[in-house]
Amino acid sequence: MRYLPHTPEDVKEMLDAVGVKSIDDLFAGIPPEARRDRPLDLPEPLTEWELRTRLEGLAQGGDWSVFAGAGSAPHHVPSLVPYLAGRSEFLTAYTPYQPEMSQGTLQAIFEFQTLVSRLTGLPVTNASMYDGSTALAEAALMAQRCTKRRALVVSELVHPHWRQVLKTYLDPLPDVEIVVLPAGPDGRADLSELSKVDKPAALLLQSPNFLGVIEDAALAAEAIHKAGGLLVSAFAEPFALGLLKSPGSLGADIAVGEGQSLGLGQGFGGPGLGLMSSKMELVRQIPGRLVGQTADVEGRRGFVLTLSTREQHIRRSKAVSNICSNAGHCALTAAMYMAAVGGTGFRELAKLNFDLGEYLKAGLLAKGFKPLVSGPTYNEFALTAPPGFVDRREELKQRKVLAGLPLKRWFPRYKDAWLFGVTETRSKEDIDQLLQEVL
Amino acid sequence: MSSEYKVPGQSGLVLAEELLWEKGRKGRSGASIPASKVPSAKLPAGLEGPGPDWPDLAEHQVARHYTRLSTWNFGVDTGTYPLGSCTMKYNPKINEELAGLPGFAKAHPLLPSEAVQGELQIIHELERFLAEIVGLEAASLQPGAGAHGELCGMLLIAAHHRHNKQKRTKVLMPDTAHGTNPASAAMCGFSEIKVPLGPKGYLEYATVEKLMNDEVAGLMVTNPNTLGLFETELVKINEMIHRRGGLVYGDGANLNAVMGRADLGKLGIDVVHYNTHKTLSTPHGGGGPGAGPVAVGKTLTPYLPGPRVVRKEDGGYEWNEDLPLSIGRMHAFHGQFRVLVRAYAYVLTMGAMLKDASELAVLNANYVKEKLKDLYDLPFPQHCMHECVFTNALQEPGKISTLDIAKRLIDLGFHPPTIYFPLVVHSAIMIEPTETESKEELDAFIAGMRQVALEARNTPDLLREAPTRTVRRRLDDVAAARRPVLTGDMK
Repeated sequence: MRYLPHTPEDVKEMLDAVGVKSIDDLFAGIPPEARRDRPLDLPEPLTEWELRTRLEGLAQGGDWSVFAGAGSAPHHVPSLVPYLAGRSEFLTAYTPYQPEMSQGTLQAIFEFQTLVSRLTGLPVTNASMYDGSTALAEAALMAQRCTKRRALVVSELVHPHWRQVLKTYLDPLPDVEIVVLPAGPDGRADLSELSKVDKPAALLLQSPNFLGVIEDAALAAEAIHKAGGLLVSAFAEPFALGLLKSPGSLGADIAVGEGQSLGLGQGFGGPGLGLMSSKMELVRQIPGRLVGQTADVEGRRGFVLTLSTREQHIRRSKAVSNICSNAGHCALTAAMYMAAVGGTGFRELAKLNFDLGEYLKAGLLAKGFKPLVSGPTYNEFALTAPPGFVDRREELKQRKVLAGLPLKRWFPRYKDAWLFGVTETRSKEDIDQLLQEVL
Repeated sequence: MSSEYKVPGQSGLVLAEELLWEKGRKGRSGASIPASKVPSAKLPAGLEGPGPDWPDLAEHQVARHYTRLSTWNFGVDTGTYPLGSCTMKYNPKINEELAGLPGFAKAHPLLPSEAVQGELQIIHELERFLAEIVGLEAASLQPGAGAHGELCGMLLIAAHHRHNKQKRTKVLMPDTAHGTNPASAAMCGFSEIKVPLGPKGYLEYATVEKLMNDEVAGLMVTNPNTLGLFETELVKINEMIHRRGGLVYGDGANLNAVMGRADLGKLGIDVVHYNTHKTLSTPHGGGGPGAGPVAVGKTLTPYLPGPRVVRKEDGGYEWNEDLPLSIGRMHAFHGQFRVLVRAYAYVLTMGAMLKDASELAVLNANYVKEKLKDLYDLPFPQHCMHECVFTNALQEPGKISTLDIAKRLIDLGFHPPTIYFPLVVHSAIMIEPTETESKEELDAFIAGMRQVALEARNTPDLLREAPTRTVRRRLDDVAAARRPVLTGDMK
């Protein structure tokens, strides 16, 4: 077995050195009633070559063209990015507990924090969370700590799965009131409900929201700040921030997002990359690792994990979160992507994705689709379909094209509405062909 | 031949590298940007922002930047990495390639089931494998890392008690626990009752029995514990906890010791998490992504996160969202899927030889323990499982700290063991070699540890000043925390 280097002679010599006769003697501490009495019922081991064939046969979803996002979007990944990210000095290292031999990871994560802060417009960014949904749930808990309040207001146009994760996190905790803001006719959260909530800790808003609509985050910030709470601004598509105003500039106190678009690939939904930024005055309450700049004994610039008195390995039950390992290698990969694309390139791609979305939207409207809501959208949008679309959509599946996702799955009242989106991975010709076939 | 030749650490050329934004110039590009063939659309007034102020670099500048940074790092592929409780075993390269297959990498998570039968099969089979390896009923792959699996497990326990209208607000917490355990319990609203360790290094029935009452939701126990010892009284303890209405959470951080050897169902564990980036060889990535699947017994199966993959009568797979008792989602989609693909590939490669992996991991730890116990203090002398815990007690009179020992090991070319953990041992040095280190590599590490012990006596300043061969020497943690600089200046 190529991962087990021991020869029978090695085993014999080592058992002799330990002073036991057999491996069994080393397991004598397991009480007899807890010992396994049957062999592991697992398939026969495969060779590398058999394994490859097996997995190649199971990797099936990647050749579909999906004209929708809903929290996961296809983007081109330069070959440079996975190539560099695959360097095993990065890939096979642990969390950088020994900073002198982890400066590569530490500097790269410091750079990641900086690049994400420039994206979100907030000065503190942690070293990552598991994905956007868990970043949102942790942001809600963070806002409760910061304000010493319990009630949370969440827009129903936050990604439904993210709201479900939030609910999972909050369910066992006593006295947490969650008020859901309904969508208005413009497809934005109806802020008028906010005034009815007593002492909210935070308003959780997503912009662009699940329907692709750009929220009025500045207005939301003003309203929640007036009520003494924080604005948690979420985003599922980082490219939106390449073209639109950043959450920080609009008054958000905490920004959270999914970073999968930044060079990671969709990967059937994981691993994700939870992004989290905040104002500096909230830094003692932010969960997760933080890399900080310092100097070594010779005065040279270097980096360490810092402010760890927030964390579980120091504070245990009083820690701000239980998070330990995060999505470090995804953060590193995203930093490589951001460095490769650059500020100028990111802006161009962000505009291109907006333009492609508007082109697809205009084409579908010309085919008889109707806007579900009236607000401005970025890259994704919701339309009500004319009769006949459902059948054509089924036919398109035959050539592995998925034309939109049904919104009724998450919002039963939107029963003929579909979520569409498109990115730079599809050409004008692809869109034109879709428009021809869709009705 | 000097002893330097026995250990890998040598001096070499180190290249300096600036921060990203100290290089580059506006107008360069490191990636192809497709030209637009569609009309430029207009955003309504007031929405447009300036975009992020990121540097522009040429492709080769990005390549050099990260290649140089990588040389300042140390991974399992670089050398021996005996970080206790972290199971830094070799990460197979084929698994990286398989996780990168375009069929997985480009798969949208919301594709209809008929488009992703292969992906669903992986989820379904891996869940079965993970339940089988520990001897439990079912598993969920949704949790994103070990601590997230702990949170999931405690949410299951909380849901069970809620469903049964039991108000149980406390959790028994042995003082050998990782910090994530009390933190995970606290996130579910539980307060902790600390359980002291017995004199032999494991939990004693009488102690736990006294602390158990009808306010206690259950016990969180790491087994083997963080001293590397199997909890020998745990069967009896768990039986008592169950009798009094509690449940038992097993922290799976140390599962690498017991695959094929212990049956967690028979042991009385109701839920256990895996760290795929430990036990199942997925790379740790310098801080994740891991994956923290949980396996559960019958009691907790109905509460598992949903949706879940089920097998249909025709042999195909589909999602089941009709799970009335489920705690709900733990992840936006289906867990850290491409990490799980690596774990699946590892299990398919090893099969029942996972048992051999555990056996050799335990043999390696005991071998290192035997070869070092004359020069380092060993507080618990019995056979260990997959890791052993020393202290600096023999070096402390010469004013050598555990940190000094660790830093000198860096100069000799080894990643240090885990230090100052577990907390129940003063200035601990916790060594976990894993099964993928060969005898020669263990002998080199042992030679390094022995050299450091001798230097502590004869040339102690070598330890106090270490490391000197790395790109940076000891760094000032206190200054970093006092005036936090968490982002760089882009200008």
